Amino acid sequence: MIVSSGNRGDAIRSDCYVEVSLHAATEHSIRIESKVKSLYGKSIRELCLKVLDFFELKSAQVFIDDKGALPFVIAARLEAAIKQMINTDKEFLLPVEGSEFITGKEMKRRSRLYLPGNNPKLMLNAGIYGCDGIILDLEDSVAPDKKYEARFLVRNALRSVNFYGSERMVRINQLPAGLDDLSFIVPHSVNLIIIPKCEHADQVKAVDRRISELLGKENTDIHLMPIIESAMGVINAYEIASASPNVVAIAIGLEDYTADIGAQRTNEARESFYARGAVVNAARAAGIQPIDSVFSDIENMNALAENVKQSKALGFAGMGCIHPRQVPVINEYFNPGQDEIEKAQKIVNAFEKAKELGLGVVALGSKMIDAPVVKRAQSTIKLAIEAGLINENWRESDGN
Amino acid sequence: METKGTKNAAGRMVPTEINGNPAIPYQGVGKYIPEGNRYAPKTSSSANYPLDGNKQIASLKEALQLAGLKDGMTISTHHHFRDGDLVANMVFDIVKELGVKNIRWFPSASFPCHTHLLQYLEDGTISHIEGSMNGPLGKYCSEGKMKKMAVLRSHGGRYQAIQDGEVKIDIAVIGAATADPFGNANGVNGHSVSGGLGFALADSQYAEKVIVVTDNLVQFPCFPWQIQGNYVDYTVVVDQVGIPEKIVSGTTAITKSPDRLLIAELTAKFCELTGIIHEGFSFQAGAGGTALSIGIYFAEIMRRKGIKARFARGGSNKYLVEMLEEGLIEYILDGQTFDLDGVRSLRDNPKHVSSSPFTSYNYHCKGNFAGMVDVVILGATEVDVNFNANVVTHSDGYLLHGIGGWQNCLFSKTVILPVPLFRDRFPVIMDEVTTLCGPGELIDVIVTERGIAINPLRKDLIEKVQGSGLPIKTIQELKDEAERICGKPEKPKLGEKIVAAIKWVDGTVIDVVREVESE
Repeated sequence: MIVSSGNRGDAIRSDCYVEVSLHAATEHSIRIESKVKSLYGKSIRELCLKVLDFFELKSAQVFIDDKGALPFVIAARLEAAIKQMINTDKEFLLPVEGSEFITGKEMKRRSRLYLPGNNPKLMLNAGIYGCDGIILDLEDSVAPDKKYEARFLVRNALRSVNFYGSERMVRINQLPAGLDDLSFIVPHSVNLIIIPKCEHADQVKAVDRRISELLGKENTDIHLMPIIESAMGVINAYEIASASPNVVAIAIGLEDYTADIGAQRTNEARESFYARGAVVNAARAAGIQPIDSVFSDIENMNALAENVKQSKALGFAGMGCIHPRQVPVINEYFNPGQDEIEKAQKIVNAFEKAKELGLGVVALGSKMIDAPVVKRAQSTIKLAIEAGLINENWRESDGN
Repeated sequence: METKGTKNAAGRMVPTEINGNPAIPYQGVGKYIPEGNRYAPKTSSSANYPLDGNKQIASLKEALQLAGLKDGMTISTHHHFRDGDLVANMVFDIVKELGVKNIRWFPSASFPCHTHLLQYLEDGTISHIEGSMNGPLGKYCSEGKMKKMAVLRSHGGRYQAIQDGEVKIDIAVIGAATADPFGNANGVNGHSVSGGLGFALADSQYAEKVIVVTDNLVQFPCFPWQIQGNYVDYTVVVDQVGIPEKIVSGTTAITKSPDRLLIAELTAKFCELTGIIHEGFSFQAGAGGTALSIGIYFAEIMRRKGIKARFARGGSNKYLVEMLEEGLIEYILDGQTFDLDGVRSLRDNPKHVSSSPFTSYNYHCKGNFAGMVDVVILGATEVDVNFNANVVTHSDGYLLHGIGGWQNCLFSKTVILPVPLFRDRFPVIMDEVTTLCGPGELIDVIVTERGIAINPLRKDLIEKVQGSGLPIKTIQELKDEAERICGKPEKPKLGEKIVAAIKWVDGTVIDVVREVESE
């Protein structure tokens, strides 16, 4: 029996393809074809032996067709192959690196970049584009026959790749398969789990429960972001948004939603006006962030900018990115504008002044300011500080 | 091959003899000053040439025979047609047919289309190459199969070697899109247009015999005469000198790689925040995708700030031409034309000026343009913690690129190398470069996607970036990060045999390439 995993072919980079079988000899036979053989041939062989020994294989025959894969990729490919051959609960884990970063419930989530879960090449530099989150995707971007091996790669990437402070998100498969993904993710420093095609609060609760089981305690560590992608999901948006205190945002997925309601998706997006409004409303009612769908024309940055402006005008706090070049545009347009910041500063100043004077009512000039307006101004200021648009001590430096 | 060696000023073991001729070890930047006179070819007399100016010969074969082609000669060709060149292959098919052996091929650069010549290296028609090698030719040389030692020179160094007489060209074959029977030639008219013909200038002046080959012969005068017929012995018409769609090579497309665009953007931002982009400044960017997109970011900054550049140097292309036409640049000093927009502009716009390695780079003359450029943006295969860089070999030891104008450009006021921290698993920043091509003292800034390192010698730049918000790191930090991601590389196993010498701009030997042990 020969088992295999990984990708091969001329276009493949930073990945490898492995074949493993058992044979009758007394020792392992390892054949490595690698473009980096002269620099890393020895270390690839050592890693391979370490994995074989870890799974207590005697006399395995291994072939690695390597296109510059990093150790975490090679290890994932080997483990995914070996586990098709033997039954074991053991996991070959590399040390955790650069992923000690914890994310808050209300952190900025303007941009989140989708990365196909079985493509290591795109993962390596994903953290350098300044996106607020990266999504290692196990769902739609992974071919059905690659779902199994992608789990190992995503697990290893969570541990080994430094995403430089981008929130580490994983999109699991649609339930119930998605529940089985969780053991590959939960113990491995994930910040947020995205639940696709969510229609009922029960689905969120099921994921949350499974996470708690895996953590061995009530989940308070891992955030959830359900994606609403159907008419039913829109109807239940508020229940979904408030299904668990761990839900920090709900997103809308318009490709599937428009198909579900029998409409064509258009650039004007009139067909999803209600759904987007409903999702924003549900999220805000539940006190969490509403996140918009992706924009699929990756060449047209002007159209993207228009899309983001509309999205922000509807009340969304962020949207998905399918290409790194979309990140700066999305970040920029979800950032508060100069006018917005100045207005928010005036409101916050008035609020602070009223507080100092012990006044119950906040007023700006002759206008009374209500509490939600103050709250929005505060979150605008927070975002402006996080995005580096104003100084943290802006009140002092402004002489206010 | 037994070679006498010595340690040069860069600490590299280099031969003191190359293919039986003495070689001078590198002595440091600006240290080696040659004495004596320039080489000169034999005096020619107009009495020996037709008074009516018609030097046309029926075929290239006859022209080569008339030029006295024989064993052991040096033949030069040029890379104006880049990967669409048909001339070099044509020449060596004839050399082979005539049974002539042991030719030293002296191209200004070679391209994948010259893989055809591999068979002539194998059968002894060509003894060795002095010029750039990549692909199968690079592999052949790297694995120690070439009969003699290769020599790699910069564009300026090639000019200098010709002037020194270090390389005496017996026959120069110059392909041109248009020529007249007298031998005046240019690359801007006709169907195989390539732009300027600057790389053939020295060859036309110093070779014993000069043959101009064209597929578009016009009546005298062929103007502009980028190559002057007064240097030319014979003109030959062939069906085709180059494949037009391959002359415009793929290197001229803007990169779509988000990583490279990020590096390009960061480079442009660095130049903006340090004031390198200022009114009347000058710049040069190489031909790679990253360098091209830097031009686009430069243009955005210049437009926003209302800044004009006095001149841009180097390879010209559509994007540079657009900047010229928009008025963002006053002059293009064109060393090599990369696309048809470049050719059109060079032909029609008096502010788009053809230049040559003589004006731009040559070291054995009374100064050159290279040092007048405010900033150059170049590539590299490897950079080490001392800012030394490699541009000719891959980390596995194989020859990958020629030097081109790279070494010559290092004399610019600020040299920036935008490079990724690693390519696949090959770290780009390392302890010591595989092959030393450019000394670190001339390399100022390394821009990677994970941070910018400034050479400690450039205290002025270090001061200017303070408080700029740019991600400044030390080169050591960048190297450590590359190793953290890729792992610490082993040293590739290289043999003792020297397969190629790398010349510095002054003709001294800065490093060597050693044989790669093939599997």
